[in-house]
Formats: sequence, structure tokens, C-alpha cells
Amino acid sequence: MTDEAVLPQIDPDETIDVIVRFIRAQLEQTGFERLVLGLSGGVDSATVAYLCARVVSPDRLLAVRMPYRTSSDASETDALRVVEALGCVTERVDITPMVEPMLELIGPEGDGALNVRRGNVMARQRMIVLYDRSAAFDALVAGTSNKTEALLGYGTLWGDMAAAFQPIGDLYKSQLREVATALGVPPEIVAKPPSADLWPGQTDEGELGRSYDELDRALFALVDRRWSVERCVGAGLPRELVEWVARRVAMMEFKRQTPPVAKVSLRTPGIDHLYPRRRPGSRRTSR
Amino acid sequence: MELRIALAQVAPSLGDVEANLELAADRMRAAEARGAGLTVLPELALTGYLLSDLVPEVAMRADDERLAALGRTVPGMLVAVGFVEETDDHRFCNSVVLLRGGDVIGLHRKVYLPTYGLFDEGRFTRPGDRIRTHDAGAPWGRIGLSVCEDFWHASLPMLQAQDGAQLLVNVAAGPSRAPGSAAGLEAIDGWHKMQDTYALLGTVAVAFCNRVGNEEGLTFWGGSRLVGPNGATIVQAPLWEEALVIGSIDTDDIRMQRYGVPLLADERLELVRRELDRIIAERADLPPTSDDDAP
Repeated sequence: MTDEAVLPQIDPDETIDVIVRFIRAQLEQTGFERLVLGLSGGVDSATVAYLCARVVSPDRLLAVRMPYRTSSDASETDALRVVEALGCVTERVDITPMVEPMLELIGPEGDGALNVRRGNVMARQRMIVLYDRSAAFDALVAGTSNKTEALLGYGTLWGDMAAAFQPIGDLYKSQLREVATALGVPPEIVAKPPSADLWPGQTDEGELGRSYDELDRALFALVDRRWSVERCVGAGLPRELVEWVARRVAMMEFKRQTPPVAKVSLRTPGIDHLYPRRRPGSRRTSR
Repeated sequence: MELRIALAQVAPSLGDVEANLELAADRMRAAEARGAGLTVLPELALTGYLLSDLVPEVAMRADDERLAALGRTVPGMLVAVGFVEETDDHRFCNSVVLLRGGDVIGLHRKVYLPTYGLFDEGRFTRPGDRIRTHDAGAPWGRIGLSVCEDFWHASLPMLQAQDGAQLLVNVAAGPSRAPGSAAGLEAIDGWHKMQDTYALLGTVAVAFCNRVGNEEGLTFWGGSRLVGPNGATIVQAPLWEEALVIGSIDTDDIRMQRYGVPLLADERLELVRRELDRIIAERADLPPTSDDDAP
């Protein structure tokens, strides 16, 4: 592997500063004063919680824990560790009774496709809970998707990818760990193997079949550097890895864009009716 | 002499150059079977339209062997086809190339890249800076190539007519604004009126080939047509559907139109240039450039 094919260092403090300003601007532009997020106990949501806590006071930050009956106890322990450190508001909403009737329709855990369907139901149920808590707590939903997941489409459309804004959406998983450490996220959370915890024993790297370090190196070369597959291979990245990543990024493009609208009029949302998401007049003035 | 022209109104596959090359070759063979000497394919027929960051992936140099091979599909046949061209200095242009055998007879880089309303071309491609005509030999004479939006600037076809073109070829990827409504039909009618007018004022034949099919939310309307040097429609393709329409122009009709209505010969290019120089200078608040402007 040449030095060129390695993910470059980022400055965690500068990065944190930019993201904190971004979150503050999102609140100012929308007229919200509170934030809500789903807290799983993993490094992504813990990082977002720490970032949010730099913008709003603990009484204005709601961390919702949403276990399913098979979720690991360690996840709950780690989530509570974050809540305790930040002193933020928290709620525990067990999604088991909400998703069980749907999961019965799908059938028991089985092959990969079945597990993905079951996992999607859980991720979408968590979205429903979060958006309900958003209305109840009068808060914007902070997203917890990272750049690796977004590019690989390793997430549930309208599920864990649903949010008002994405503070860590341009940070690769391996960069995010540095940011987490700089924020003071407990080291045991930073160090543990990432998992969506949708079924027992699931890990991201097991499911993707590659380590995040490998994936991020390939993504950085293909996306940020705009390298061709051949150039990546020439720089020492395994061909099988690079081809798999390139194919997956292309295949998952649809998850990163709003659905196309069939143009049948003179002005069409998203095509030639184009405005900033927030503009004069769109800021909420009261509940 | 008869100029027999095929308009291949196709729906290219977005980003699939190999499939589109096959489609183009297939239409050339079909056009040959019906006696055509020139086949015109739409703007970006080899790549599709809404490319965004696919631009560098689908780009070809004008001397790319794949283009030369396409040109050799039917011996002796001219083919005009739109593609993404990468120049020697790595500009990426929305170009139309005129091929015959393995040779490039002509090349035009879209000068006016629409970047307004539903268009975002200037975000992904760079404009051309030449308005020329290309000698295709007897009986074709000089041909003026242009791409879609270029035709909404009257100076371009009129310069090409003055530069000796007998035939203007405009390739397009025109998306419908409001299909089925009065506003949508007016927009299509506007395109057709404009072509009739250029043919009439330039006393030239006009071949217009617009694509069909769908990309993201956009639907391309087709309506390709061939217009004679008196502004009359010779043949017109249907809206929305793929079609291969073929029509003929007799070079004698161009000759007699130009004798009867000598607009090109009567044009006063020196006067036009003086007034253009004056307008350009005044707009930039520069001193007059010509003695003619002295009192």
C-alpha cells in the first residue's frame, strides 16, 4: 500500500468546531431550540450526542434509547454512560411490542434477506418513535449516519437515514473515531466493534465482509480523490475490494437522493422550483 | 442532386456508451436500407443527458477509435452524433461530430450551455468557442453543426448560412416542460417556428434531431424534422416515440430558392460588423473602434 492510498489525518478540534457551528445554524435557521436523537450506545450516536451537547443545554437535548428484545445489554449500558456524562434528558422506548406484529408477518430470523427485512422494520419503527418525540419535545431530529454508511448505502431508507440534518454525514467511520475521542466519548464505546444490533451477534464489518479501515481507504480514493479503479489498484488497494466498493456506491445512489418527480408542469419541485431549504419566511416563529 | 437524410430519434441509455454506440450503428444500417446518405442522431446520443459527475467517465476524444468505428459502420455514409468530448487540454464539451468512414469531417462544441430553469449544463460541461461549417464534399457541400440551445441564438445559424452552409444540422435533447398542456405544446411549437424561420432567412435546409425517452423526472419530446430552404416541412417525426424518419432535399431547390430570394447575397456583413463593433464598444464603455464612427 502506498502512502497515497491511506486516509489522511483530520484535525478533530477544527472538525468539531465546524460541526458545532453547523448544528447551531440549523437551529437558528429553523427556529428550533431543542434537539432529539436516537442513542444506541454505539460510537456514531454517542458522537452526535456529544456534539449536540456543545450546542444546547442538557435539558434541551433528548436522547431516546429504543431497544428491541434481542438488543444487547452492553448497548444499553453504553447508552446510559453517555446520558450520565452529558446529563441530558433521556427516555427508554421498547420497540418490541410495536414491531412484533410486523415481524411475525415476515417470519423468524433466517437468511440474510430475511434479516435485512426484519432490521428495516426496526430501523423504521425507531424513526417513527423519534419523529413522534420530535413533535412532543419540540425538537429537531439530529441524524447519526456517517459518510461510510451513506456512500455504501449501509442504512435503512426512511429509517436510520431519516433526520432533519446530518452532522457527521461527511466523516468516514475511521475519522469519526478520532472526533469521538477528542469530544470525550468513553473509550470503550469508541473501541468496540460497530454493530447495528439488529440481530444477535451482528457486526457491521461481519455483514459488509470488510473492515472499516479498508472500506474507508477505498472510498476515499474513489470518491474524494476521484481515482479510477485501476489507479486504486495501482496504489496497492485490493482489486476485489475496490470493485466491490465502486459497485456498491453506484448501486446505492438512490438512497442518497430525493426521489425524482415526473415533470409535467412549468415549475417542478426539485427540478426548476429550487430554493434554499430555509429562507426568509420559513423560520418557525412559535409552536 | 438529392440529399437523403435520416433522423434517428432515439432514447439513449444514460451512461452506457457501448449500448448507445450499438444503437447508433443499428440506426445507420436501417437508414442505409432506406437510401439515406446522412444519419443524424440526437445531442449526447452516445451518453445520455443527465450525466452530472459521469461526464469524465463517458467522455471521448474526437479521434477515439470507437467513434471512427461508428463512422465506418456504413461505407460512404455521413453520420452526425452527439457525445461528450474531452479536448487535449481536458475540457469536457457537449459536442456533435460529423463522421464518414474513419474520418472526422466536422466537429462542433456546444457554444450556449443552458444553465437556468431546469438546465444545469454549465455545471458539468464547458462551452465551445467556434462557430464554423464543414465541407462534406459533393453533393452535400458545407454543413453547419450545432447543439440544441445553440439554435436559440439566431446569430449562430445565420453565421453558418453566411459561411456557406447548405444544410444546418441541429442535434437536441429537449425536455418537455409541461407535456399535454397548452404551455408545453407552445414550447414545442416555438422550436418548430424557429427552425422554419432559419431555413427561410438562411435559405438553407434544416435537419433537427431531438431525442425521446426519460431520465429522472425529465421526458424528452422528439418531434425531429427536416425543413426545406423555403421554410416548408419535408418530414416530421412523432412526439415522444422512437422513430427513424427519412426525407430528401434537392440541391437544385436550394439553388433556385437562393436565386429567387437572394437574402444571403444581399446581406451587408461589413455593416453588420461595424454595428456590432459599435455595440460591443458602447457596452464596455470603450472608445469607438472604427473611423466610420468619427463625425
